[in-house]
Parts: sequence; structure tokens; C-alpha cells
Amino acid sequence: MDFLQTLKIALRALRTNKMRSFLTMLGIIIGIAAVIAMMAVGSGARHVISQQIASIGSNIILVLPGSTTSGGLRTGSGGAQTLTSDDAKAIVNECPSVETAAPTTRSTALAVYGNMNWSTVVMGTTPELLAIREWGVAAGRSIEQQDVDGAAKVCLLGQTVAENLFGSDDPVGKIIRIKKVPFTVIGILDRKGQSPQGQDQDDSIFVPLRTAQRNLVRTQRPNMVGAIMVKAKSEDLLGKAEEEIKALLDQRHRITNSKDPDYSTRNLSEILAVAEQSSKAMSLLLGAVASISLIVGGIGIMNIMLVSVTERTREIGIRMAIGARRNDILLQFRAPHHDRRHYRYNPRRGRRYSCFQSALLADAHLGRVGIDRLLLLGSHRHFFRFLSRQKSSFPQPDRCTPLRVGRPHVQR
Amino acid sequence: MNRVISLTDIRRVFSMGDQQFAALKGVSFDVAPGEFVAIMGASGSGKSTCMNVLGCLDRPTSGSYLLDGVDVGGMNANQLAEIRNRKLGFVFQGFNLLARTPAVENVELPLIYAGFQPKDRHVKALAAMEMVGLAGKENNHPSQLSGGQQQRVAIARALVNDPAVILADEPTGNLDSSTSAEIMTLFTALNRQGITIIMVTHEADVAAYAGRRITFRDGLIIGDTK
Ligand SMILES: Nc1ncnc2c1ncn2[C@@H]1O[C@H](COP(=O)(O)OP(=O)(O)O)[C@@H](O)[C@H]1O
Ligand SMILES: [Mg+2]
Repeated sequence: MDFLQTLKIALRALRTNKMRSFLTMLGIIIGIAAVIAMMAVGSGARHVISQQIASIGSNIILVLPGSTTSGGLRTGSGGAQTLTSDDAKAIVNECPSVETAAPTTRSTALAVYGNMNWSTVVMGTTPELLAIREWGVAAGRSIEQQDVDGAAKVCLLGQTVAENLFGSDDPVGKIIRIKKVPFTVIGILDRKGQSPQGQDQDDSIFVPLRTAQRNLVRTQRPNMVGAIMVKAKSEDLLGKAEEEIKALLDQRHRITNSKDPDYSTRNLSEILAVAEQSSKAMSLLLGAVASISLIVGGIGIMNIMLVSVTERTREIGIRMAIGARRNDILLQFRAPHHDRRHYRYNPRRGRRYSCFQSALLADAHLGRVGIDRLLLLGSHRHFFRFLSRQKSSFPQPDRCTPLRVGRPHVQR
Repeated sequence: MNRVISLTDIRRVFSMGDQQFAALKGVSFDVAPGEFVAIMGASGSGKSTCMNVLGCLDRPTSGSYLLDGVDVGGMNANQLAEIRNRKLGFVFQGFNLLARTPAVENVELPLIYAGFQPKDRHVKALAAMEMVGLAGKENNHPSQLSGGQQQRVAIARALVNDPAVILADEPTGNLDSSTSAEIMTLFTALNRQGITIIMVTHEADVAAYAGRRITFRDGLIIGDTK
């Protein structure tokens, strides 16, 4: 009997038990599909998070004004106007771990072009901000230092703003009004998508810092800024940079132990790390759920296999009651594996038998006879283990109604 | 004296862990050729255990068992298999046929192990099926046969090797009363042809077909009437 024949017999056994084969397959398919799907969902979530990290920019520390107490009422963080452009300059110059710092102001304003209007966030900033956030322009040019120095009335539009004010027209070179002040559109920013907090980052306009300070935000002092965005030289230096900034600002703002600081710092990467952590936990959870479903599927399959073996145990019982000897049974169930070629295809089996009777190992290599003798030496346990491994290629699958052939010890 | 079966002081003790349970506590009886014996008794009285010993499916813990004058006690597994094949025919309560195998192939099964050629096998199997009144049902699968017919196939399978004894453990246990009567009529007819039958039952009307009744209680024989 050759390998092809063995294959045919195996296929026939599968066909006679169509439903069982199908369900077994289904168990495996669903289990594996669940694992793959869950893993995909998990890695998808992680991808989104890492994209958001990239959209913010890396190694960023945010310096915000602190709260103030005015007439017994404490305003929230950022309520006081305590940070200035000079603070930003000082941070860049005096903190060795800091690469750049960008002061920003922020206000909401109505932008108008022709008969279109759009209420949006207007950020006053320096060229560094866009560099820190790794945000390029899709058309036109970016804000440059001379725009800031000269308080030029120019602006950069986010994609959402451009779409809402100009539709499909090209906004570059056109003049829009922000808080009734005319600004020339010098460029359009790349699309950035949502921030981790779910805000549309493309729904914003950028103008030079000094222009914003003069025309758009009302400040107590002329060079007040809303926040300073700082980029550390590397991720490792984030903590150190934060320390340096605090020390510098404490000194500049004359903060002593008895006085609460009038600013606060926030490490964006930390926030994002937390977000990533939770998404990792999420994908771990999904993976665990999927693994459980795979295990359940596997147990189902084991169950089906056990049933097959149990069935055959009954069949063996009947055959032995009728007068079959052990050899006869072995021969019947082993029929497809008589071929030496097949024996060689399956080195594991060879090894198994050679372990438990090395004296007859030489015989095994003589082929059939040797293998038979080894098999017959196998204990009862080995025999059934052997049968269960042969499951898929039984020559004549028989299904019997539940029966009792004597007692379980019959086969012994 | 001519004896097909001779049991002397058979004991069978099952040990389950540290517990020991004697299912047979010293059973002795002889069966002459051509007898039709019914073994009766309450459930758990050791009837099946005794049948398993008689059928060489189980070895007694002690006692001697002569089958057709041969002491079975000293035989190895292969010799016992041959005894089961040549001298014994089994009929079970649950029929125990191979399900996806046509009736005639089920009947042929013992002949395969006895080493008959396929042609002879087929002829003998057809004859046995004729004897039990199943001519024409050769190619039906067990699922295409009624309970009574399945039991007939099992009886044909038991007969096909011309055994010295047919052992039947509650052969009518799964059958309704009219089918039971048919099977018992068949057994009686076979017995008239000289076949020795030992049958376990706990129904008195089924036992009434037998010429001799042995009653078990708690692993001992408490009655033996002809
Ligand atoms: N393999 C076994 N292991 C343990 N106890 C057994 C075994 N076979 C039978 N027995 C016990 O022996 C007693 C007799 O059983 P059995 O011969 O099957 O009774 P019955 O007369 O109903 O056929 C019962 O109490 C049963 O529990
Ligand atoms: Mg019983």
C-alpha cells in the first residue's frame, strides 16, 4: 500500500464522517479567525494611537499658565496670564536639554471670506511651533520669522477651514477677515486628523505670534502668551528638560517654597504613553478572549477525536468478543501504514518506538516485520495512543450505537 | 459424563482502589450438550459477570472452567481469542453490530478471524442468515433493520462458526414482548437442532422457554431447576 492509497483512505474516512469533519474544521477556522481578527483589532488600535502621537510631535512638554486667585475665585489652569514670549526665549537659551520652544496664543474667532464664514481656533505662533509638531504645508509657504517680527497680517489655514471657506477654490493669496482684520492666506497646512482628545486638528488657523498679540487676543501685557510648547532634545531628556524648565521659571517668576507656581508643565508623551498602555491592555484582553475561544474550539475538537476513539474502542470490543486476536486488530487499524516508505515519512514514530525497545531497533529498519514486532510489544496504553494518532486514516470507519461488550476490562 | 461447560467454585472479585467486591462467590454448575439454560436473578446478582467468565471475556479470580473438556484457565490471550472464535457465539442485549457494515458482512466477521476464504465466508453467512429467517436482508445496514431483525443478525453471527455454546446476555432486553417471543421461538428452534444455549434473563416468561433455570443471588446460585 503506497502513500497515495493511505491518502485516499484518509479522505474516505473524512467523507464518511462529513458532518464531523466539517464541524472539526469549523472549530479550527472560527478559533483561528477569532485570534487573527482580535489581534488585528488590537494592532489597529495601537496604530491609531501611534499615529496620533506622531501628529502631536514627539518629545513635547507643554508649559501652561497656572491658576490665579482673583477675589477669592481660583480660575482653572491657564486662567492667568503669566507666561510671556520672553519666557519662551529664556527656555531655549538657558535649558540645555531643550531643543526649541514655541510660544502660542489661542483664541476663537470668526473667519470670513466673501459670503462664507467659519468660526474656528486661531493660533498665534512662531515658525518653531510647526516644526515641533512636524506639521508641513500642503500649498503655499509656512510662517517665517520675519512675519513674526514684522507682525505681518498673514495666515495659514488648516484643511478643514480651507474647505469650509473656499470649497474647491485655491485659497493661497486670497484675503480673509479674522475678527474683521484682513489677513492674506500664505499657505495651507497638511492634513493632521484628530488629536488623541478627539479634536479636529485641521480646524484651525495659524497667524504670526505678534500679529495675534496685537490684533486678536486681549492681553494684560503686550507679550503675553497662552502656552509654550517645548521640544526636548531627545526622549531620554524629557524629564531633565522638564526639571530645567521648572527651575528656570521658578527663578524668573520668583517662585519660592511658600508661593505656589503660577505655571504648570505637562509632558505630552506621558499622556500618550498612558493611552498606548491602555490600548496595549485592550489588545491583550482581545487576544486573551480570542485565545480562550481557540482553546474552547480545541477542546471541541479533542472531544470529537475522543468520540472517534471511543467508538473504535467499542468496535474493537465487538471484534475481540467475536474472536479477533490483538494482532488482527492491530493489523486492521494499521493497514494503511504497512509501507516502509510511510514509516520513513514519519520520523517521529520511528523515534518513539526506538525509545521503548532499543534492542529491536535494528529489526525496525528491516521494515514491516520489525515494526510489527515493536508495535506488539507496546503496552495497552501505547496501543490506544497509537490508535488515536491513526484516527484520520482508519480503513473502515464504523459507527456503533452505544453498547456494552462485557466490561471495560474485556480488551485487556 | 459429557459436559460442554463445567464450572467449579468460580469466584470473581473486583477490586476498585482499596475496596474489594466479590461479584461471584463460588459458583459451580455443569451444562450438557444440547441444553437450553436460563440464568435468572435480580440485577447485580452476578449474571453478566458469570457470562463474561463463560465467554472467556473475563478470567475468574479463582475456580476452574472446562469448556468442551479443555481447561481455559491456563490459556493465553490469543488462545482465548481462538476459543471465542471457534467454540462460542455471543448475543448481546444491545445487538452490537458494526453500524456501517451490511448485515451479511457482520455475519461474516467471525469467519474472517477463523481464516475462511471470502467465497466460503459469504456462502456460510448467507446460510446462517437463512436459518434465522433473514433471507433477502443481506445487504441492509443495521440501521435499516428493526430491533428484532438486528438481534437475528447477531444470532446468525453467533451461529455462523458452529459454536459449541451460544451465550446470550439478556437477548430480549431491548425488544418488545412480541419480538421477544419471536426471538425465543428462534432460540428454541435452534436448540432443537442440538445447539447448546445459555441465556441470561430476568423475565420469567422468557426463561420459560428454557429447559433449565439457574437462579443467582448475590454471587451465588440459589436455585437450579430442570
Ligand atoms: N468491572 C467491574 N468492576 C467492579 N464491579 C463490577 C464490575 N462488573 C460488575 N461489577 C459488580 O458486580 C456485581 C454484579 O454485576 P453483574 O454481573 O453485571 O450483574 P447482573 O446480574 O445484573 O448482570 C454488581 O454489583 C456490579 O456492580
Ligand atoms: Mg447484566
